[in-house]
Amino acid sequence: MRRRTPAGLVEAEPGPAHHIEFDGRAVPALPGQSIAAALWADGVLAWRTTRVGGKPRGAFCGIGACFDCLAVVDGRPNQRTCLLPAEPGTTVTTQEGHGRADLAV
Amino acid sequence: MPTSPSEAHDSSAFDLAVVGAGPAGLAAAVTAADLGLRCVLLDGGPSTGGQYYRHPAPGLGAARPDRLHHHWSAYTGLAERLAAHEGAGRAAFRGGHQVWALERTGDGFAVHVTRGPESTDRATVRARSVLLATGAYERQLPFPGWTLPGVVTAGGAQAMLKAGLVLPGRRIVVAGSGPLLLAAASSLVTAGAEVPAVVEATAYLGYARRPGVLASVPGKLVEGAGHGGALLRHGVRLRPRSAVVEAHGTDRVTGVTVARLDADWRPVPGTERRIDCDALAVGHGLLPQIDLATELGARTRTGPDGAVALEVDARLRTSVPGLWSAGETNGVGGADLALAEGELAAHAVAGALPTAPLLRRRARLRAFAELMAAAHRPGPGWTGWLRPDTDVCRCEEVPVSAVREAVDELGAGDPRTVKLLTRAGMGWCQGRMCGPAVACLAGSVVASGPDRRPLGCPVPLSQLAAGPSAEFDDRP
Repeated sequence: MRRRTPAGLVEAEPGPAHHIEFDGRAVPALPGQSIAAALWADGVLAWRTTRVGGKPRGAFCGIGACFDCLAVVDGRPNQRTCLLPAEPGTTVTTQEGHGRADLAV
Repeated sequence: MPTSPSEAHDSSAFDLAVVGAGPAGLAAAVTAADLGLRCVLLDGGPSTGGQYYRHPAPGLGAARPDRLHHHWSAYTGLAERLAAHEGAGRAAFRGGHQVWALERTGDGFAVHVTRGPESTDRATVRARSVLLATGAYERQLPFPGWTLPGVVTAGGAQAMLKAGLVLPGRRIVVAGSGPLLLAAASSLVTAGAEVPAVVEATAYLGYARRPGVLASVPGKLVEGAGHGGALLRHGVRLRPRSAVVEAHGTDRVTGVTVARLDADWRPVPGTERRIDCDALAVGHGLLPQIDLATELGARTRTGPDGAVALEVDARLRTSVPGLWSAGETNGVGGADLALAEGELAAHAVAGALPTAPLLRRRARLRAFAELMAAAHRPGPGWTGWLRPDTDVCRCEEVPVSAVREAVDELGAGDPRTVKLLTRAGMGWCQGRMCGPAVACLAGSVVASGPDRRPLGCPVPLSQLAAGPSAEFDDRP
């Protein structure tokens, strides 16, 4: 028997998949998915390291309330990937700390 | 046509602004428009539905979104009625409009919103009355390992599944407390995940103490039986009176330790057992999202679940003149109650008499909500599963030891003082994730009063510095 999937459950026939770029590699995304959803679908659970402990973090609340899923998106740090759509060509980079290393003096 | 009906609406005050397009807000907006009010429905998300009716974006081409939902037709019915009102210019839905503050004006309210993916676009909507239907977010209690990737909130797992058709892993333990756990586990197994266990801190006995209330809401029983049936079919084990006391792993979760709890939620030594998994969905009930109202000084009450909710009268008026509230903001009670309260509040705003069956349904569902709240109130013993190095505040990475030092050695007796001494609650989420835990560790009751957040969501400084938004504020 074919494995059950979320897409199979709702009989989804999505538009053609495209790709976003995550840390320099192509990750597939379906139209309408958030960045966090595309990363989960690819088995990626972490795309940030914390400011104090350097610990990996990813999506936690999934609804924009917890801010754990922050990443650098198209060059802009501190973007909530659970809210932002994965558009064709969106570039996502793992965010280290506060994501403003360029402002260090 | 030079302007669409919805644009024309912006040129003067609306009769009613409804904040939040979930079950309560949708029902309220549609009913208000039925009753002749000019109504605007605002939501931060792109479409109506809120968290409960969250559904795949059109691009995902889901033919059967109903399979991830209970009573999906209630949503589609409301969405169709809203579309008809929009077409006739009686109501306007504004998605992507995140309300960050309500301001009282001489003749009503200025509703301040940010728009756009970067919140850089600002607007003010004017309305004579405001109906708050901002729902709830999940209550989290920390435990060792809860910051590991793969540990997600139960509602978050639901949201990512419903909207993005994705799962955080293949073998997902569901844990915490409250009816959302059964709903989440049921969705996850139906969508193909293996759920080795649903770990619930209570014994589910709370419901049984007031069988009369249960019997009067058959819909709730049917829903519960539906989840139970799906779980049974997929061989999911229910572990009552237990909790995940630790998540294991280095870069991501690889397993959890589950222990039995006593009646106070204190882990019973010697009962620990390990369950392998690659994800954990966890939550301890829901907390009303009421910042917009408390900033206006609205009176609150602490519910049987220890959560602070808005105090409303029989017509769902808050203590702030012109401000109404429906659904989870009045105490968490689920979608059916939210639908009933949205309809009821809209009648009250319009000065129309609600029907007796509606009043009875709302009273019945509210009584059931209070019962559920009492049953799932966290016991004080949960702190027994903490370790000194467990992070309480995820944003600022403040461990239990720092909070205990602030309380025991520096004399902090309330969450605010703990925050000033340790930074717990000072980060991005503004204490939404760690608030209940910090309050408990500070020796307060579960919640000692409403959290105060002058801004309901992050707003760029550039917007605050820009002063009044002339584009909208000069309108009558």
